[in-house]
Order: sequence, then structure tokens, then C-alpha cells
Amino acid sequence: MTDIWDGLAQAFWLLVQLDPTLIEISARSLTVTLTALVVASLIAMPLAAILAVRRFKFRRVIISVINSLMGLPPVVVGLFVYILLSRSGPLGGLGLLYTIDAMIIAQVVIITPLIISIAHQSMRDLWSEYHDLLISMNTTTTQRILTLLWDGRRALITAALAGFGRAIGEVGAIMIVGGNIENATRVLTTAIALETSKGDFALALALGFVLILLAVAVNFATHWVGRTEREGKW
Amino acid sequence: MFPVVMQDLTVVVRGKTLLGPLDLTLEAGGITVVMGPNGAGKTTFLKTCHGVMRHSRGSINWQVPVDQAAQAQSFVFQSPIMLRRSVLENLTYPLRLQGMAKHKAIELAETWAKRIGLAQHLTTPAPRLSGGEQQKLALARALITKPQCLFLDEPTASLDGSATKEIEALLQEAAANGTTLIMSTHNVGQAKRLGDHVLFLHQGKPILYAPASQVFDESNKGGQNELVQRFLQGDIIE
Repeated sequence: MTDIWDGLAQAFWLLVQLDPTLIEISARSLTVTLTALVVASLIAMPLAAILAVRRFKFRRVIISVINSLMGLPPVVVGLFVYILLSRSGPLGGLGLLYTIDAMIIAQVVIITPLIISIAHQSMRDLWSEYHDLLISMNTTTTQRILTLLWDGRRALITAALAGFGRAIGEVGAIMIVGGNIENATRVLTTAIALETSKGDFALALALGFVLILLAVAVNFATHWVGRTEREGKW
Repeated sequence: MFPVVMQDLTVVVRGKTLLGPLDLTLEAGGITVVMGPNGAGKTTFLKTCHGVMRHSRGSINWQVPVDQAAQAQSFVFQSPIMLRRSVLENLTYPLRLQGMAKHKAIELAETWAKRIGLAQHLTTPAPRLSGGEQQKLALARALITKPQCLFLDEPTASLDGSATKEIEALLQEAAANGTTLIMSTHNVGQAKRLGDHVLFLHQGKPILYAPASQVFDESNKGGQNELVQRFLQGDIIE
């Protein structure tokens, strides 16, 4: 219990003092996660809409595979990306291992299936609602996809937030491909893991509280920007 | 675009024939009322003509290429489908699809919103409107592109008297402006008020296609068709 209070107190002081290391690690955490989220969303959301609108061979198989990939163990993803990016790997020449870019790639791989899966469910429901209308208006496939993405944007925000939640708290994959290098690839989660292994529970807890604060702040900001509560149910 | 010629038109879904075989020629102008008991194939007929449903056999031939015919048609569904957007955006949507400039689309949409009494609700999300308002909006959204042909699937089925009256006035105005209306209804009174022609379907097959004046002429007894006569008298037909 003492550790928790110590952690809270230390978190408070770190925040009040605007501790440079804490700011740097937090900023890096946000940079990595938000970049991965943007990239994953750009891949996942149009794909989710395409899977809802188009009927093609192996569509159901693809949906099943994507749903299964939601549960991808991050450590395995980390290992896979590590092998790809390591000097002897197929993408070794890019020199990305132990960089922020490698961490972003790993997070994109982890959260893309999750966002596709959640977004697809809402796109599918919206498509069943709009199907007859959009067909009757003689819309093209692109127009249908854009309409679904726009009208389903609030549900897509929820999908993105689920992706954000998974990415910001991820540690296994980014530890492997980022290496937890001080002043370079250390982020909140890897710093927490390090401090815990060193036995500095108070600092680890402080970092943990900051991580929770960040996650909550981003969620609030997203809901505020999206006005999800103000405009009620669509 | 008209006449539209249907030959051997048949719709089969999961082994069950929902419509046809049907041979029919529809001419331009006026309001054609499609009548018949539940399951007669009225909705299937409308959706197939419009292209929302695919036919299994036969053909529908418009006098213009299919794409051009599709562009010149609109459809109003029994349960209005509202885009999760404002009233204004619902009205501008089909115009923007056709490439109309945003300011022109908004101008036209505002005119239509005024005509249907929704000028005060331009920014209201369409799904929050009442049933009658939604159906008026759906009708305005269908008419705003000035279609040559408008299909309506029981557009007043779930509406009260005053909303029905407003919708009927809009339909008569559209017909007077040259839009050909093809509309299904259960309501014999409405068919009498609006119909220029009557198509009667039973078990997916056309029983009668005749001018409304003949069908509703009491001395003519439902176009001399016993089934139609019983339907008009309010008998339950299976």
C-alpha cells in the first residue's frame, strides 16, 4: 500500500516539476502510439468498409483471419518484426531496428486487425441499413465506401480508441524491436518494465499513473473533438 | 426513357418464384398504382424494375441505356431510410452525387426543405424526425434530382391522415411536373385518388393492367376481374 501512495506522490511531483525525462518518455510514447494509430487507421478503416460493401471470393475467410489476428501475441509480432528488420532480415538494409520507426511498425501490425475487426462490425451494420438506398441512388463503390466512412465516423472513433488503448499499453513487441534505449526508444511501458525489474516500484507506479492519465486524456480529447456524447445516437 | 418493356420477367429467390413470368409495357406519364394482397410481389416488382433486385429470367428494356435509365430514377421505400446526417445533408446528398456544386445544392435543398415544411429543421439529424417528416424528407430527396421515373413502395403505409395528405399532394405535383410515378399501395381509396393506371398482382403474376377509371368504375366491376373485384370490396385474398 505504501508503494502505491509513494507512487502517487512521486507521479504528482514528476508532473508538477515537469520532469524532463518524464516529459521526453511520455512524448515519445504518444508519438509512437499516435503515429501507429494514424497509419493503422488509414489501412484498417477503408478495408473495413470495403469488406462490408463488396462481395468477393474468400471474403468470409479474410474476415475470419482478421478476427483471429486480433489476438496476436505482441511478443510474437515483436519477434517477427525483429527478424524482418534485423541486419540479416529481408528489410535489414533499411536500418530500422532499435529505432522509433521499428516500434511504430510493430504497433501497426498489432492494432490494424483490431481496428479492422471493430470497424467492420459497425460498417456492416450501417451497410445493411443503407444498402437499398445507396443501390437505388446508383452510387459507385467508392461513393458507398466514403458514405459509410463518413456516416459511421463515430463508431470508427471507438474502433480507433480501442487501437490506441492496445498500442499505448503495449510493451512486449516494442521492447524487442526498440530495445528500450535511453533517450532513443524508451517509452512509458518499457520504462515501467525496467523500473519494476530494478525494484523501484514507486517510480514504476508513478510512470504507470502518468500512462493512465495520458490514455484517459486522449480518450476525453477524442470524444470532445468527435462530440460523440453531445450529438447523441445516430 | 419510356415505354419500359418487360418480357418474361421472373424473379426467383431460393427456389421460390416471387414475381412473374410477367410481360408488360409501361408508358410514360401519370401514376401507375400497383395493388394486390400481401405477398403478391408488389415490392419485388418495384425493386426489380428499379434494379435494386436482380431478375432471374426475362428482360426489362428502357428506351435508353441502362446507366442513363438508372440515373433518371428514384425510389422511396416503405420505411424511409435516413442517412445519419442532417436534413439539409440528406437533401444535398443525391445532388452532390451528381456533381452539383455545393452552394447550388444547398440552395436547392433549402427550397425543398421549405416546400415540405422542414425549413426550421435543416440542421436536425434526419433520424430524429417523426415518421411522417422522414417520409416527406425521403420523398423530397427522391424528387430533388427531378427524376423521370419515381418508384414508391407503400409510401404512406405507416402514416396518419394529415401526413398522407401532404405526401399525396407532393406526388400529384410531381406527376403534374412530368415525373412518371409507379407506386404500390394497399389503400384502395388512395389508389382511386391518385391512380391513372392500375396494375394488379396476385402470387407474383399480373392479373390486370388497366386505366384506373375502368378498374374503379363500379359498373365495370373491377375491370371484370373477380379477384380484383373481391379485393376492391375488401375481401381477404390469399
